[in-house]
Amino acid sequence: MFDLDRWREIFQRLSKNKLGTSLSGFTVSFAILLFTLLFGVGNGLKHTFEDQFAGDANNSVYIRTGRTTKPYKGLQSGRRIQLRNEDSKFMNENFEDEIQFFSPNIQRSMQAIYKGEQNRYSVRGVYPDYQPLESAEVVDGRFLTYLDIERRSKVVAIGRLVEKDLFGQLSALGKNINLDGLSYKVVGVFKDAGGDSDERYIYAPFSTLQGIYKPNDEVDYIGLTFNPNLSVDQALSFTNLLTKQLKEKFNIDPRDQAALRVQNYAEGTKNVEQFMNVLNFIILFIGIGTMIAGVICISNIMVYLVKERTKELGIRKALGATPRSIVGMIMMESIFITALAGYIGLLVGVFTLEAIGPGLEKYFILNPSVETYVVVGATIILIIAGTIAGYIPAKRAARIKPIVALNDE
Amino acid sequence: MIKIEKLHKSYPIGKDSLHVLKGLDLHIKEGEFVSIMGSSGSGKSTLLNIVGLLDVHDEGNYYLNGQLIENLDEKKAAILRNKFLGFVFQSFNLITYKTAVENVALPLYYQGMARKERQEKALKYLEKVGLKDRANHLPSELSGGEKQRVAVARALATNPKVVLADEPTGALDTATSDSVMELLKDINREGMTVFVITHEEDIAEQTDRIVRLKDGVIISDEKVNKKVNA
Repeated sequence: MFDLDRWREIFQRLSKNKLGTSLSGFTVSFAILLFTLLFGVGNGLKHTFEDQFAGDANNSVYIRTGRTTKPYKGLQSGRRIQLRNEDSKFMNENFEDEIQFFSPNIQRSMQAIYKGEQNRYSVRGVYPDYQPLESAEVVDGRFLTYLDIERRSKVVAIGRLVEKDLFGQLSALGKNINLDGLSYKVVGVFKDAGGDSDERYIYAPFSTLQGIYKPNDEVDYIGLTFNPNLSVDQALSFTNLLTKQLKEKFNIDPRDQAALRVQNYAEGTKNVEQFMNVLNFIILFIGIGTMIAGVICISNIMVYLVKERTKELGIRKALGATPRSIVGMIMMESIFITALAGYIGLLVGVFTLEAIGPGLEKYFILNPSVETYVVVGATIILIIAGTIAGYIPAKRAARIKPIVALNDE
Repeated sequence: MIKIEKLHKSYPIGKDSLHVLKGLDLHIKEGEFVSIMGSSGSGKSTLLNIVGLLDVHDEGNYYLNGQLIENLDEKKAAILRNKFLGFVFQSFNLITYKTAVENVALPLYYQGMARKERQEKALKYLEKVGLKDRANHLPSELSGGEKQRVAVARALATNPKVVLADEPTGALDTATSDSVMELLKDINREGMTVFVITHEEDIAEQTDRIVRLKDGVIISDEKVNKKVNA
């Protein structure tokens, strides 16, 4: 493999037969180029979908309550259903394995004032678990902690745009802002891929807001994420069971849709995933088809090139070339052409994607690109393809009797 | 050096088979300069191919350098060819994209010799056939006689036991034929066993021993009375 002499032989061969070399090289390059472009565009479509669903963890579940619309077990309709701390406890105890992150929630619209600037924002009283639930990312300082919950601290984490609105270019960290007349210290600033509205929230410790604004241990709504190891179907059955149990607990008619709503993103995710799977399958199918066509093409060309060289191989045999050295030589040529040409195709494909990517956004193709593992995988496939393409003609060449080969004109 | 006993060879032609060599006995000693004469179809090329390990015989025994040739696979044959035999063909059989010196060095490559050493040795043999100044020419840039000299240098490069020449002058005019024959005579004088196949009487007469072949059997085997020229 690392025999310098053999490489010299191969380079000499390839440079003497430029037509054959470039012909087979071009075939492979083209196949890989198509493969890369297809894959990249497919990924672009995928990114578009992912982008549409960004902003929340896609395994998140929200539980909200309202008024009953059906009488049940002697209770009248129009009854208000109120979530309380004990419901949080109930859910955490009953679904310990299914729940990943959990946060009860209190949401109020408040007037925020910092020095001369003021604005209305939604303020949410949450647990630290709410951060992964919202897919919020801390850019400065920290998010809320359990210590804040325990101490009922008057601290807040604010969205990037809140900081921009109230503080301008200055950093909000460590400053005190006034929310509906009470002073809170800013401990962190976060950003959120969900967009502008998600970056205009203010988060305070759940216990703090509950203590101030909820006379009893009332909860506005509950957010949670289910264990990501659950399949979509398992997740759906989890939320169905959760709904059933909660409805039982509150004496709600099982058919009442308004009194208790459990909103599971898994349902949407499931549809998107199915669509993506079909798309992936199509891309993979076409991609592999292209690759196979490429391999067959190069195999054909190699058969032809070897046939053309029959006499030369006969001479080599007469001079003492063993069948093994003939097989090795032809296979290395094939692998070399395939790998090199394939790599060129791959590079051209990647650069093309880079170049045309921004222009494709209006066709719902966002940031088309190929992942490193695809590049590595394709390279490995190329080398295997080259081996297969070279093996058959090489074996055939090695089998020809030298006397037959020498008489070949 | 070469010993053949009751050698038979047939080629299948459709359902029949063509019996080409019908029990040949031949003994060539080291240092001999032998020619095989015969018209086309007499079996002389078949004989050379078997002697050159390019083809296998059906029956009989063949000893090369005292070694019985049997159950030969391609690999063993390749190694033996490389070690013991040097070939000169009618159509030169040089590799077209390699220069003269690279062609001469090729059998040494298959011996596993280092590149530099190969190059030196190849140049030495090119010098011997008088073509050192043509070392970096491609075969297409050489005349017929020059090509055959390169082929002779290539045959000699591995320092074989026997040089096998199949119609070495078949593609050459009289003047160049003579110069190639002189070259073969020279290497024979240095002790090399040379085995020539030809259908030309005047070529055969320049060797020391003429074996005449007709329809697959040897019809005569005689020493040539050497003109006193040495």
